[in-house]
This record gives sequence, structure tokens and C-alpha cells, in this order.
Amino acid sequence: MSSDVMAIQTREVGGRPWVERLHEWVTTVDHKRLGILYILYALLFLLIGGIEAIIIRVQLMRPHSDFVSPQVFNRMFTMHGTTMIFFVVMPVMFGFANYLVPLMIGARDMAFPRLNAFSFWLTALGGILLYFSFLGGSGLYGAGNAPDVGWWAYAPLTSRAFSPGHSTDYWTIALVVSGFGSIGTAINIIATILSMRCPGMKLSRMPLLAWLTLVMSGLVLISLTPLSAAQIMLLVDRYLGGHFFDTQAGGSAALWMHFFWIFGHPEVYILVIPAFAFASEIIPVFSRKPIFGYPVMVAATICIGFIGMSVWAHHMFTVGMDSNANTFFVLTTMAIAVPTGIKIFNWLGTMWGGKIQFKTPMLFCIGFLFQFLIAGLTGIMLGSAPFNWQLSGSYFVVAHFHYVIVGGILFALFAAFYYWYPKITGRMLNERLGKLHFWLFLIGFHLTFDVMHIPGILGMPRRIYTYEPGRGWDTMNFLVTIGAFVQGIATLVFVANLIISYFKGARAGNDPWDAWTLEWSVSSPPPVYNFASIPTVASRRPLWDLKHPEDPDSRYE
Amino acid sequence: MSAITTPIAQPPEAWDLPYRGKVGMACLIIAESAIFTIFVVAYLFYLGKSLTGPTPREVLETPIFYTICLLSSSLTIHFASRFLERANRGAFLGLWFVTIVLGGLFLYGTGQEWHRLIYEHGLTISTNLFGTTYYALVGLHATHVTVGLLMLGIVFLFGLAGRVGPEQSARVEVLSLYWHFVDAVWVVVFTVVYVLGR
Repeated sequence: MSSDVMAIQTREVGGRPWVERLHEWVTTVDHKRLGILYILYALLFLLIGGIEAIIIRVQLMRPHSDFVSPQVFNRMFTMHGTTMIFFVVMPVMFGFANYLVPLMIGARDMAFPRLNAFSFWLTALGGILLYFSFLGGSGLYGAGNAPDVGWWAYAPLTSRAFSPGHSTDYWTIALVVSGFGSIGTAINIIATILSMRCPGMKLSRMPLLAWLTLVMSGLVLISLTPLSAAQIMLLVDRYLGGHFFDTQAGGSAALWMHFFWIFGHPEVYILVIPAFAFASEIIPVFSRKPIFGYPVMVAATICIGFIGMSVWAHHMFTVGMDSNANTFFVLTTMAIAVPTGIKIFNWLGTMWGGKIQFKTPMLFCIGFLFQFLIAGLTGIMLGSAPFNWQLSGSYFVVAHFHYVIVGGILFALFAAFYYWYPKITGRMLNERLGKLHFWLFLIGFHLTFDVMHIPGILGMPRRIYTYEPGRGWDTMNFLVTIGAFVQGIATLVFVANLIISYFKGARAGNDPWDAWTLEWSVSSPPPVYNFASIPTVASRRPLWDLKHPEDPDSRYE
Repeated sequence: MSAITTPIAQPPEAWDLPYRGKVGMACLIIAESAIFTIFVVAYLFYLGKSLTGPTPREVLETPIFYTICLLSSSLTIHFASRFLERANRGAFLGLWFVTIVLGGLFLYGTGQEWHRLIYEHGLTISTNLFGTTYYALVGLHATHVTVGLLMLGIVFLFGLAGRVGPEQSARVEVLSLYWHFVDAVWVVVFTVVYVLGR
């Protein structure tokens, strides 16, 4: 039945002029199409941000390199950081949430479809504004084009005196605009999860992905808004002559740091909780076991959400807070390792004794698990104030947070691509290219970011555009750059796989992984209204119940 | 391709979920509260840190009348939406209009205060830290009042055209939630700026 539906759709789409199809995509309010738009948009920026990373690494490959000027180097690391956080990881996570949450909870769309489209286009506008700065940012005096104040844009660097022209304004407005988009999506996701669940889908039966997305959206509401507020203050300073961050008039540069990191640290959890969500869906399916400790996983996530909002000043140990503040933020930072550790044990517990299938999504999940653990361990090192005083602002910090974002979040994200691509496109991703992608990326990742810790410990500061030879950093930096190229090649393999499999991949069918959540009950790609009739569920694994009527989960709940 | 479409188990008990509009507005209110918190923190942090005058004690006057206007508009909008639920269109429109007038009066009060501060005391947003934080915080609130008034005005126009009935009362209720929030924020801003801040 569902294959008929698909065939009709394909014929229809093929027959229409491209302008009409484009118009349909631009004006769409369908959560699946918006999800795909988010994901494609993020992939585009992933390539742009990746190129910026390669430029940074080529410049640092050897001492006294003059591949780019110091000014361009500053712009590159600013744009790399801003792009990767705000225009790659956030949109891609919102894209997956958009696509998957309604399908997983048995709804036909999000709670507010038009708000959903509005939020996407706000985010898209933000990214375009940021990159338009390369063309329009020079302003008066021909000073600078792209923003070059670093992704956290500390005062007084952002004041008129040090950032003439409009480059900083493009950065500010891009983040305000995309921030409002994110808030809109977060509101939408929460309303969808609380108000649109199908009958029987109690909160205690929701897939973990829906639960974790709910917590992540709550964090967006509370912690992305301080950034918007601080950006508005910055605009008041720059355009209306205000003094919020103007030390000449009694303003405080440290206040900006607090406001930024009140956003900045929960942001890490906004990015990593969806990664946890992917792992929590994928690991059980490829271990052929239900998730271990479902209620504890939910509790640990909520716990991370709360503690995550009280650790921000561990980014500021070197600012000179008093010892009470230092102690408080050291303790909260240590405390957050506990719920995170619980999660890691639960994923291991899920795999333990399971019939593990080492397909590409599972490989990436296992990579995620071990690398995220190591990232957490260096996090504990940096979270203790005395150690932090030694290494703050060095390449050790850069290595640490790339371990979280690349080794943890990006690996889980790749797993999600391999796992849900069949649902989104109806075709399987090529398994051989997938394994090549995994191993190449793994080798490149460890070559880059394992080695990067060492120049950090040897005292190499971050954000320098070049360095003197003979300080013991040369070989390390060379290896790091080689690793960056390997990761770049691996990413190209991934993109090639996405494109080739879209046309040539094996047909996926409804449920290629023999999984248990509702999105696998509909055709791939799902029909426009998702469910012909709204499903009813009686357990956490509705498809298991359907496939095993003799022994349904609902019997044990 | 198997034809699994609807996993159906035994039909569940009554299935009642909260209204999405209310949930959405509650989320917006949480997000807005975080924005206001940051502005309030900045105001409190910079109290007494201005390098030049004027200071809050010298120039601020407590706007009691306009505060009463705004707070009582919370009552009128509450009863307006109650009347709408009971399909009493006339009373709804009347009270809705009173709400708009009260909100407008408040906005007029803010404008008058700003005019006095700017022209009599020379306090602008760039004069000193007090000016920066005061205009930013009160201005942020006034912006929210303005947005609220625009939305109230739209509902009023639809109401005059006879397009707002009891079937819309859930949506009108969502708007009145926003208006209550704007009022509640004023209580905080009032306390911070006119009570603690002096």
C-alpha cells in the first residue's frame, strides 16, 4: 500500500516544473521538509566552516608561515567558531528534531507549522547576514570586513574604538536573528511534545530522543535568551552610545563575560543533549536490547540541564573572581560529571550482553562513547581552578572542546545521518563508503586532537597566527594539520556517499534496521501527513509490540 | 515493503493534553523572563556606578497613577475574556477597549517621563550608566507593552467586525496571558527602578 503512495508521489514531482517545486520548498510548512532544509543548510555551512578550519591549520602547519595575514587569521577563527556553533550544529540538531519528533510521538506535524517555517528562515537569514559581512562589512575607513573579535567577542574588543566599520554589527545581528529563530523552534518543539502526542504516548513512554529534545529546548529558552539580551545591549552601546560594556564610563568588561558564558556553557549542553539523544536511539537498536535504565536516563538529562546552568564561570577562572566563586564553580563542574557518567554507564549497560551489529551508525556511536568520555576527563582537568590557571587560553583548551564537539557531538551526528538517511530519502547509505568514512575520520580526528593537547601543555597559546621555530611545537603542529586534512577527506567521502546513495542506494523499505519507534512504521520517505490514521501506543517500543504480538512490551509496563 | 501503518493496541483511557497555544505562550514567557532577568541584573549591577550625574534619586519620580492603570488593565482583560467565554460580546468589547485605553495611558506616562528626563534633566541613553541601563530596561518593557497593544488592537478590530466569538476564547486567553506577563514584569521593573534603585 505504502509503495503505491510513493510511486504516485514520485511521478507527480517529476512532472512539475522546477520553479514550482522550488516555490513549494520555499513556502513549505511541513515539518519534514523544514527538517531537511535545516539539515542541508547546516551541511553547507559545515563545508564552509571546514574550509576555514583548514585555512587556520595550513597557516599553523609551520612556524613563520605567511599563508594568510594576521588579520585574515583572526577573521578565520572567528568565523569558524561562530559558523560551526550557530550555523552548523544548532540547525542540524533542530533539523533532526523537526523531522523526527512528530514522527516519533505519532503526530502529523509540529504544534505551530508556520512558526516553524518562520524560525527556519530567521536562522537562514542569520547565516546569510554573517557571511554577507565579507562583502558589506567594510563600512567607513575600509576597516576590516568579516568579524574578527573571536566567537565570544569579549569587551572592549567590540567597542567602536577597536571594531570600526560594521563587521562586529553583522556578527551581532546575525546572532540575534538566528537566536530568535532558535527560540521559536524551541517553543514549537516543547508545545509539540506536550500537546501533540498520540493516544497512549505518555511522557513515560516517549522515545528518549523526544525526552532529550524536550530538555534541550527548555535549555534554549532559558540560556539562549541571555545571549540575545547581551547582544541587544551591545547594539545599544555601538549605535546609541550606551555604556554597558564601556569601561571608560564605568561599564564592566567582566559583565559581558558573565552574560556570554551564562549562554555559552549551557550552549554546550544544548548541542550535546541531542547527540545523547541519537546515541540513546541507535545503541539499543544495534545491540538488539531495549535501552538500559530509561527513567535514569531521563532523570540524568534533566539533572544535566539544571547543573549545566550553574557552571558558566569555569570559563572565567583566570579573570580573577574571589575564591568563593572559584570554589563554587569548581564544585558544580565536578558535579555535572556524575549524571554524564550515569549516561555513559547506561549506554554500556545497553550494549552489555547484546547481539551487537557493527553497522556504520553503531561504529560512530561507539566512537562517540569513548571519545566523549575522554573529552569529559580533560573537562574535569580544566574544571579544577588551579589546573585551569596553568592551561587557560592554551591549545589544551582548544583540544578539549574540539574533543567534545568533534569527537562527541559530530560522531553522534554522523551516526544519526547513517541511521535516519534511509527514512528521510528512502535509500540506504552505502555501507562500504560509510566504513571508509568512519575509519578515515577516526584516524584524522585522533591525529589532530590527541596531538593538539601536547603543544597546549607545552605552552602554545590559542589564537596566535604564527609562532617561533624551536619551541617544541613544530612537529606537533605539522601532525595536527595532516590530521585536519584526513578529516577533510573523510568528510568529502561522507558528502559523496550522501549524493551517490541518493541516486544509487539500495531501497530502504519502511524499517531497514528492525527498529522499535514509530517513525519506522510509515513508508520511507514518510507520506505528507505522516500517519494515515493516528496511531495508538501501549509501550515504549510500539513496533516491537506489533512485530511480537505473542510477547509485547506492554505486558510488562 | 511491509504495510505496517498503525500499531494499534487496546484503546487507551481518556487522552487529554494541554492546549498548544497555552504551552507555547508559557514557553515564550519563560524565554522573555530570561531576557528581562539579564537587563534587571545589568541595572542592579550598575546602580551607583555612574561616573557622572544625574542619579536616579535626583531625577526619578514614582509613576503611581500609570502603574495603577497598567495593573488594573490585567483585571479588565481577565474579565473581558470571561465575558467572551460566556458569549457576552458587548461586555467583552467594552472591557477589551478599556484595557487598550489603560495600556495606552501607561505608554503615554512612559513617554511623558522620558520627555521630562531628556528635556529637563538632560538624561539620555548615552549620558551615563544610569541612563543606559534605565532606558534599556524601561524601553524593553515599553516595547513589550507596544507589541501587546498592537495585538490587543487587532483583536479589537476583529471584534468590531463581529469575528471574535466564544470559539476564539482559547486564543484570546493566550493573548491575555501575554498581557498578564507584561504587567507582572512591570511590577519587577517598578520595584527595581523606583523602589530599590533609589
